[in-house]
Amino acid sequence: MFLITCPFCGEREESEFSYGHEAHIARPENPEKLSDAEWADYLFMRKNTKGVHLERWVHTAGCRRWFNAARNTHTNEILAIYKMGEQPPKEIKAMIEKGKTS
Amino acid sequence: MSQSHRLMNGGRIDRSKQIDFYFNGRLMSGYEGDTLASALLANGVNLIGRSFKYHRPRGIVTAGTEEPNALVQLERGSRTISNMLATRIPLYEGLDASSVNCWPSPSYDVMAVNGLFHRLLPAGFYYKTFMWPVSGWKVYEHFIRRAAGLGKSPEEPDADTYDKMNAHADVVIIGAGPSGLSAARAAAATGARVILVDEQTELGGQLLNETFEIDEKPAADWVADVEGELMANPDVTILKHTTAFGYYDHNFIGLLQNRSDNVAYGEDGRTRQRVWRVRAKRVILATGAIERPLIYSDNDRPGCMLASALRAYVNRYGVTPGKRHVIFTNNDDAYRSALDLKSAGAVVACVVDVRKDPSGELVSRAIEAGIEVIDNSAITGVLGSKKIRGIEIMKLTDDGENVTGKPRTISCDTIGSSGGWNPVVHLHSHSAGKNTWRDEDGVFVPGDTLQAEAACGAANGSFSLAQALNEGDFAGIDACSKLGMTAKKRPAVGKATADVDETPWRTLWYIPTTKPAGQRGKHFLDQQNDVTVADVQLAAREGYRSVEHAKRYTTLGMATDQGKTGNIPGHAILSAALGQTIPQTGTTTFRPPYSPVTMGALAGRAVGEFFDPIRRTPMHDWHEQAGCLWEDVSQWRRPWYYPLEGESMQDAVSRECLAVRNSVGMLDATTLGKIDIQGPDAAEFLNRMYTNAWLKLAPGKCRYGLMLGEDGMVMDDGVTSCLGENHYLMTTTSGGAPRVLAWLEEWLQTEWPDLKVYLTSVTEQFATLQLAGPNARDLLSEFTSDIDLDPEAFPFMSWKDGTVGGIPARVYRISFTGELSYEINVPASCGLSLWTDIMNAGEKYGITPFGTETMHVLRAEKGFIIVGQETDGTVTPIDLGMDWIVSKKKPDFIGKRSLSREDTIRDDRKHLVGLKTADPAEVLPEGGQIVAATRPEPPMDMIGHVTSSYWSAALDQSIAMALVKNGRNRKGDTVYVPMKDKTIACEIVDPIFYDPEGSRMNG
Repeated sequence: MFLITCPFCGEREESEFSYGHEAHIARPENPEKLSDAEWADYLFMRKNTKGVHLERWVHTAGCRRWFNAARNTHTNEILAIYKMGEQPPKEIKAMIEKGKTS
Repeated sequence: MSQSHRLMNGGRIDRSKQIDFYFNGRLMSGYEGDTLASALLANGVNLIGRSFKYHRPRGIVTAGTEEPNALVQLERGSRTISNMLATRIPLYEGLDASSVNCWPSPSYDVMAVNGLFHRLLPAGFYYKTFMWPVSGWKVYEHFIRRAAGLGKSPEEPDADTYDKMNAHADVVIIGAGPSGLSAARAAAATGARVILVDEQTELGGQLLNETFEIDEKPAADWVADVEGELMANPDVTILKHTTAFGYYDHNFIGLLQNRSDNVAYGEDGRTRQRVWRVRAKRVILATGAIERPLIYSDNDRPGCMLASALRAYVNRYGVTPGKRHVIFTNNDDAYRSALDLKSAGAVVACVVDVRKDPSGELVSRAIEAGIEVIDNSAITGVLGSKKIRGIEIMKLTDDGENVTGKPRTISCDTIGSSGGWNPVVHLHSHSAGKNTWRDEDGVFVPGDTLQAEAACGAANGSFSLAQALNEGDFAGIDACSKLGMTAKKRPAVGKATADVDETPWRTLWYIPTTKPAGQRGKHFLDQQNDVTVADVQLAAREGYRSVEHAKRYTTLGMATDQGKTGNIPGHAILSAALGQTIPQTGTTTFRPPYSPVTMGALAGRAVGEFFDPIRRTPMHDWHEQAGCLWEDVSQWRRPWYYPLEGESMQDAVSRECLAVRNSVGMLDATTLGKIDIQGPDAAEFLNRMYTNAWLKLAPGKCRYGLMLGEDGMVMDDGVTSCLGENHYLMTTTSGGAPRVLAWLEEWLQTEWPDLKVYLTSVTEQFATLQLAGPNARDLLSEFTSDIDLDPEAFPFMSWKDGTVGGIPARVYRISFTGELSYEINVPASCGLSLWTDIMNAGEKYGITPFGTETMHVLRAEKGFIIVGQETDGTVTPIDLGMDWIVSKKKPDFIGKRSLSREDTIRDDRKHLVGLKTADPAEVLPEGGQIVAATRPEPPMDMIGHVTSSYWSAALDQSIAMALVKNGRNRKGDTVYVPMKDKTIACEIVDPIFYDPEGSRMNG
């Protein structure tokens, strides 16, 4: 049971939120130009990260607004919360980069 | 029956308050302060039930939550609770408990024959059984079903209520023994908000079972002083008789509080149990330790107990578990039990110590007290089955792996064994904390954790009283200082009086006999699931190298006690069998709940009418008075049909259908989802969300839309109307409204934040009355003068504002029934009065209220789909034959690209078709499986299934829709729906059965 800080409402129980899978997956600009495999990749494929994962949440039982979170899926530590359209903080990017190389 | 084993003096019981209770129908008595277990022992009863697999007689082993055996069925009828621990039930007047897993009684049990066939019931018996040929299953099913399960579930609704509480705290301390009380005292002095939790009915933890002194006074006085001090502090909450059952992420803890002294009954006006959901800034685990048994041959006989339990019964309850006791130990601590029994006047036959020349202070005291101490020896056999008559002991070899010399027999009726103590690391493990192996005494202690947590005292592997008091104090101070809180004046730390030094344990996981394990008696590890040393060794031989696999294969530690006493010895046996160390083998993961939690407590108030909210339309009471039957549509309650006196469901539905087809009927359509969509980009947004074109819909017009998921599958449908420039009203299915709103919001917020569109749910703002049938126009015309109902002025798929019955209204001319139909939307508060007025005025037309069932029949006659009935998340608009609504011109919409994926363009996909039964009177079952050719018996190749099926009164025949592989190209083919007792033949036809030209709804 996580304690999640909604960027609009503040700290709330996880039960108020819904999970919205991996973040930063943009809908392709021109789907018709994609091959079946490329479209399937957008449609079905999501990362299954052990470590820092960028994901979307929505405050379903609150302000109903979407936002992004960086969560360590191993420890369930929520490392950063940032709004839709924003990029994760630099230090989070650095952590993900480091995770890749190690 | 007399309390034959009750001491004259001592214990924390009130001898002036006698309590009568029943066990297996026999009347007995105990005292206030007893548990059921202590009262049974006082009455000389220690045959409590039969074991799970072998049905061996079993008795009380412990005095606490770790109890594996003493499970009872508490009370009867609506208040019965299965698998309650006799050691955890405070005795109350009239308590009615009975044995589980035995028939007809624990002393004579017919299934005990299993014990004689134990070679047929080895480890993995169930797995092996399931892998045998199907024919074998027939033989064993009866046996397994009878043997499975402990106790009985209640068959009546629970008579009690339960509730839930949310709480926040700076520091939550779990366990109110010496370390927990010390921690609470230190933390409370800083002004922190503290919650102190203990599963027992009194504070004190292990101190309640001991004869310790603190600050030169009996420990109970110190406990009372600390309790008084904490009670006086308004920032401290003490929860007794409350178990911390789970410790979750981000320092979230689940507590189960027994609110009544009487564990089976709620008290007047009070809930019986309460689940507390607590979020803590810091958690202190002062959960103590559980004594582990020595694993000797036939260590499950009634009377084989833990050494610590013997002194708990003597010191706390004034009961001697037996008449003649033997202590069997590998450590000094168990000598306390011998000493306490002796000083209470009970007989201690001897102490059998596996160590050579034990020399600790407590050993010396025992010898001084005249207790025989037999060193370097092992119990190699227990005599007697329902009751112990004695033990056989032999000398151990130097390596402890064998016994030698001549056996000696000692007469006794009770054995208290001690193999040392295991810290209670369960909660620490729940929240992903690691455990560290401490080799010197062979225990797992709490290691690294992700939580803001610390363990202290015995829970931390610090077993002496002085350590517990000091570590608790430190934990309290440290937790608060991490929160930036310090005490102005630190409270004094309790000082253990005359703490003795103890000499090391001798770790001996398995007590040998003259034969290998399993050949001379049984060495039980998990008494509740009947798992023996031989079972674990067999699992290792059969290749189960992972502790997690061996656990599931043998079921070690998988009973309701989760192996609190037997797990660590079991893992040690597995390690030895695999030739590796215990830390190499590791432990299984402890998971919540720490001890069983009732379903009632987890449900709380969310039962009966509070299970799920019920949404009612403004016309609800009218429907109820009209005698409708209800259908639940998500949370909405909708009229299903309105039977008249003596009518069957089919009679009523046929009557309602004919009324709509021939004159006029009215449906309460309030529940349809309504989403108000506004903003300069509203049309563009609709264009992206729906499959058809929306940019040119003029104000005053309505259009049907189909919404797909990005995977191309139909997700929802409904009519959307253009209310004005940049203003639309979308309708959704009744059940789909919240999902569709969330779906639209998601796209707007996450993908297209540049679109200026605002969404508002207005479902409950309007009451919607659907008037349908050839007389709908004439009837409506009586109620409005400012809406021109002429078909030219007000055609199908348009809407008009005006007044209906003097009420401001918006009327949509849309149809789901295939008839001339108007949906009248008025403010919700006016719905009932307008409904009543129209019903009264419509009498001359025989106006008939109709429900969802009639609506479903009428739309099926027209071949209109219901999302969720004709579709199931795997159906595209093309599959439905609705390609007419999928725009070929729009460059993109949600789901478009998926409609040209390799899988969605297969030509053998299932298509929506109609079915006509060979016998028109035969109505197909919905969900019926369809085959192209029948065989005498299954399996048959299924090519589809029936999605909708009704009797059509208008057509005087049955109608059905179905999804059939390549169905559109099979028109005219005969297919079959095989049933248990017959096969129904039908012909594939077009799904539109009634008025295919649509002249009725357009007219």
